[in-house]
Amino acid sequence: MSPPQAEEPVIRFENVSIAFDNPVLQAISFQLPRGETKILMGVAGTGKTLILKLALALLKPDAGRITVLGEEITNMQERELFALRRKIGMVFQESALFDSLTVEENVAYRLIEETGRVTEEIHARVLEALRFVELEHTFNLFPAELSGGMRRRVAIARAIITQPEVLLYDSPTGGLDPVTSNTIIELIVKQRDVYHTSSLMVTHRLQDAFTMASHCFDRKLNKMVPVGDGVSVEDMRTRFLLLRDEKIIFEGTATELLRCHDPYIREYLS
Amino acid sequence: MAIFSPTEFAKEQVQAVQDYSLLAGRSLSNVFAQPRYIADTLIQADLIGVGSLPIVVLTGFFTGAVLALQTSSTLQQFGSLSLTGKLVSLSMVRELGPVLTGLMVAGRNSSGMASELGSMKVTEQIDAMRAMGVDPSKKLVTPRVIASIVMLFFLTIISNLVGLTGGMMVSYLLLGLDANEYWTTAYQALRFGDVLMGLTKPVMFGFVIASIGCYYGLSAKGGTQGVGRATTQAVVAASVLILVSDFFMTRLLMGFFQY
Repeated sequence: MSPPQAEEPVIRFENVSIAFDNPVLQAISFQLPRGETKILMGVAGTGKTLILKLALALLKPDAGRITVLGEEITNMQERELFALRRKIGMVFQESALFDSLTVEENVAYRLIEETGRVTEEIHARVLEALRFVELEHTFNLFPAELSGGMRRRVAIARAIITQPEVLLYDSPTGGLDPVTSNTIIELIVKQRDVYHTSSLMVTHRLQDAFTMASHCFDRKLNKMVPVGDGVSVEDMRTRFLLLRDEKIIFEGTATELLRCHDPYIREYLS
Repeated sequence: MAIFSPTEFAKEQVQAVQDYSLLAGRSLSNVFAQPRYIADTLIQADLIGVGSLPIVVLTGFFTGAVLALQTSSTLQQFGSLSLTGKLVSLSMVRELGPVLTGLMVAGRNSSGMASELGSMKVTEQIDAMRAMGVDPSKKLVTPRVIASIVMLFFLTIISNLVGLTGGMMVSYLLLGLDANEYWTTAYQALRFGDVLMGLTKPVMFGFVIASIGCYYGLSAKGGTQGVGRATTQAVVAASVLILVSDFFMTRLLMGFFQY
């Protein structure tokens, strides 16, 4: 297996179809270039989460090819996939934290798997990841003791601790209040602009999607700020992908989406 | 639209058998592959072995006691009351010790495994584990299978001993038999084949208990109701499989030892 080329997309879907009782995705194709963030949108049940699970090979497609980090995962055995999955971080819709482990053990899970125990170095890395999401005080708490927003932030810390090449966010702001949602989006923007991680993000909240496309992270101010001063929205490398009736009906930038005249898209955005 | 499709039903059953066989096979083949989760195995051994000790001791004791009580009246008719020890010993070691210990541990641990793994499944923790590059069959199933096999083996030995003690108490206190005679007949009745048969069964039952519990847990779907369903199904399936496999193993081992 050859290493991924610099210009090669990190994720490539080619004519991917999957059906359960009814078809959910039919012959969809798209690419996620390195360093780009792709926001998946669409009404409930259009297969957005499914795309993330297919990209991680947690599910296999009925037809089509999926290539991740230069490796075709469609026909790979479960055993072969574990090494590849370690290069990808995923934030699940309901956080999916291990409820019998503390925050530290949750965030350090991958590292503990490699070394077999919590070392000083792992402790320091967990602290750094928790500091990134501003939750360093929750070290010894259990997930049940955290609020919904805090759990999502711990899930982000768990996903980024190994600095994966690709991040998959499944509705990271779903069911959260606007203030907490903004905090989560700020963290995702920070990850995008500081570490330039390629990512796929599923969201139902248009506001979050447009905030991501129109804001960048200012390291000096340590906060998210609107783009300006010679930086265009296109420079944010954030593109949109809209799903409807088992197909991708739009793929492009925020500006292109707003200029789109398709009646369904106009209604969706309104 | 057809309400019930026999073809679909048959396909589902075959699929379930295939999934179970793959999981069961992988749980054993994982023993020979890195990483080995020794700490997880020890934790499970503590939960399954030490945790089940009180119920195994209680059931073992009273099974031996009631066995002595029930058989004594029949043996008395033939003037062979002194054979009580022999009868309790053979019944406990060859059959009741392994089977009852297996059923008790199945009731306690198959359900525990199914509910724990089922909860993890419906809250996406299993998917999260896979997404982080950790094999749930290695991390969750193999430690439970190994711990169940090893601990059920020792629990059965304890159950046999306690059962014989229960039989002795009844023989000595209620039937007026000599304790020494009881132990001598009980000990002399046992042949190598009896002991081997009694100790081969828990290995099989331990495997059934853990693999069935884990299979139903990992295939749970449909929220908390699904977890409840998986728990019940795990106990029923494990108990039935223990009794069915007991029959076939007994027949096989009897043929092997030429009874």
